Amino acid sequence: MESYLDHAATTPMRPEAVAAMLPFLTDRFGNPSGVHRVSRVARAALDEAREIVADCLGALPGEVVFTGGGTEADNLALAGVHATAPGRVVCAATEHHAVLHACQALGGDTVPVDADGVIDLDALAAALDDSVTVVAVMLANNEVGTVQPLADVAEVVRSRAPRARLHTDAVQAFAWLDVASLAAPADLVAVSAHKFGGPKGVGALVVRSGVQVAPLMHGGGQERDRRSGTHNLAGVAAMAAAMRATVETRAATVERVAALRDRLADGLLASVPDAAETGSRPSKVAGNCHLRFPGTESEALLLLLDEAGVYAAAGSACAAGAVEPSHVLTAMGLTPDDARASIRLSLGTTSTDDDVDLALKTVPEAVARLRGN
Amino acid sequence: MRVLAAMSGGVDSSVAAALLLEEGHEVVGATMKLWRGAAVEVGCCSEAEIDDARAVTRSLGIDHHVFTFTDDFDRHVVDPYITGHAAGRTPNPCIACNDRIKFDRFLVRATQLGFDAIATGHHARVVRRDGRVRLVRGADAAKDQSYVLHGLGAATLARCLFPVGDLTKDEVRSRAAALDLPVATKPDSQDACFVLTEGGRASFLGTRIPLRPGRLVDAATGADAGAVAALELVTVGQRRGMGGAGQRRYALSVDVSAGTVTVGPREATMVDVVAVTAMRWTDGTAVDRDRPVLAQCSAHGEPVAARYEGDVVRFLSPRPRVAPGQAVVLYDGDEVLGGGEAA
Repeated sequence: MESYLDHAATTPMRPEAVAAMLPFLTDRFGNPSGVHRVSRVARAALDEAREIVADCLGALPGEVVFTGGGTEADNLALAGVHATAPGRVVCAATEHHAVLHACQALGGDTVPVDADGVIDLDALAAALDDSVTVVAVMLANNEVGTVQPLADVAEVVRSRAPRARLHTDAVQAFAWLDVASLAAPADLVAVSAHKFGGPKGVGALVVRSGVQVAPLMHGGGQERDRRSGTHNLAGVAAMAAAMRATVETRAATVERVAALRDRLADGLLASVPDAAETGSRPSKVAGNCHLRFPGTESEALLLLLDEAGVYAAAGSACAAGAVEPSHVLTAMGLTPDDARASIRLSLGTTSTDDDVDLALKTVPEAVARLRGN
Repeated sequence: MRVLAAMSGGVDSSVAAALLLEEGHEVVGATMKLWRGAAVEVGCCSEAEIDDARAVTRSLGIDHHVFTFTDDFDRHVVDPYITGHAAGRTPNPCIACNDRIKFDRFLVRATQLGFDAIATGHHARVVRRDGRVRLVRGADAAKDQSYVLHGLGAATLARCLFPVGDLTKDEVRSRAAALDLPVATKPDSQDACFVLTEGGRASFLGTRIPLRPGRLVDAATGADAGAVAALELVTVGQRRGMGGAGQRRYALSVDVSAGTVTVGPREATMVDVVAVTAMRWTDGTAVDRDRPVLAQCSAHGEPVAARYEGDVVRFLSPRPRVAPGQAVVLYDGDEVLGGGEAA
């Protein structure tokens, strides 16, 4: 028996997405940027995918820039706007590294969050002034699932930093939230296909009309000079299919998965002594369950769970596989020991009662073993 | 047995894991990430080393994990190394790392995960004789690492495997080549993995503590004998930088608070005792005071005939004084009896 509880890291591809990409890996291999029939067929598919993506994100087709994933979309947003409008960059302390490190590379500052991971609006207001040109606040957090009040953030930004563009990383949000409406106050919105049943290596950045971004890479001038490089048409088509399927089933999925998540979280809080939950459940996305088990270390706990077929995560794994201390948990005020004792169990559209049952049986056993009782 | 093999990405630990597999053990590899600094700063624990370890486990067909022990490494190895130097001592960080990280933190983790034993690529041997577990020098005298492992007690040693301890380094390399391991031709690593930075110890310490200039004082006359750029970098016994035109002079002692290094000729460095603290014994009990032992006073030093007298180790013939902070390890032949720190 196996239980995959790491959907925030990546999701299995939806069958619709696999089916959508196959023709472009075989017969319809054309480069959309060409004049002949083979290219025109590809171009038509690209245009169609762009319309779907735009519709799902509440944007106009011309506002959608296809990228090589969420990290590129975030970098394009921050560096691209900063290049056309030099000034200060500000982001939330709990941003994904794609935003946080891009912000730091531009000499930017971070804004603190409360114990639930919600941005401190007063601190945000205090950090803003006329010199700020980019503000980045994520829609939903990748570790603890906290959803940010983006409309309130936008209001503060408009009043305190009128020159600033507001970017939101909606990578973790799209599977669960109506991004088209919730991200409407943002000038730029980043998503990544593999977080909602699409393939890895493709994402999109919404750049609202009137917002200027300088390209990160020079080349053939695709995507209206905002992202050069031959289109990953198979990936784009699959992302569009996964997006459409996600939006069509989202309300039902959220209801079903939230119930599974509640059963998982409540079950573990009841069965593991001293277990605690990080973040407030009502302000989280439906798939996130973030727990800490004092007296254990996540690095060891994850390996015991792995052995028992339960696949979970902690902190954010770096490229080499080492678990680094989480800046998100630290920003939320957890002690280093509590941060180290934390794991994330993230559910997704394919999660079942069996997945929850296996975790409910396995996690308490593993915790007890690590605690030596 | 189920063995967790500590794999640094180097040739010794890679061959160690391979040998255990050949013996029929169930082996899983794990690399410790100890150093949190930039990956380019040091050779050890960098992503390249982790990649090497993973490449070896892939070619051996075994699983691989990465353990992050950076906080413990800072607290138990790096910080004491820095404060030791700041106090004019010369600590051996490899001993602290073995005591607190590799054969404590890592061993506990392995036990939690259900492993029966851990293995490393150290050149040393665990021998069971007369119902006792003993630590014995590795087969390759030039590569022997029993000195830095001397703090391990019998109970710990009983759960440790040193598969390359029976081999010479040349044999290890030829085994690696025969197994076609991707690290067969990698150069040997150095001691004090985290001080490999360009510029060595001076640069490592210089960016972490203030290095203060000091005066050289002649031991016999009390006269001023010159200057030294950084008191914290002087090791007792060193000659370089100790002045003495025409006549060689050596550092006899370092007094950081007074800002002085006492210097003298070769004869003045010779001592017949060294005071030792924090003695630890493999068996948990001190050896008989009359028993002849061999004392080794630095990682690559020659063992010399000596006697353990409680607070001091007495050498049978005079030898250059031991730098404070270095370990004094006592042997019976090739067998480690125990050791302590030179006061």
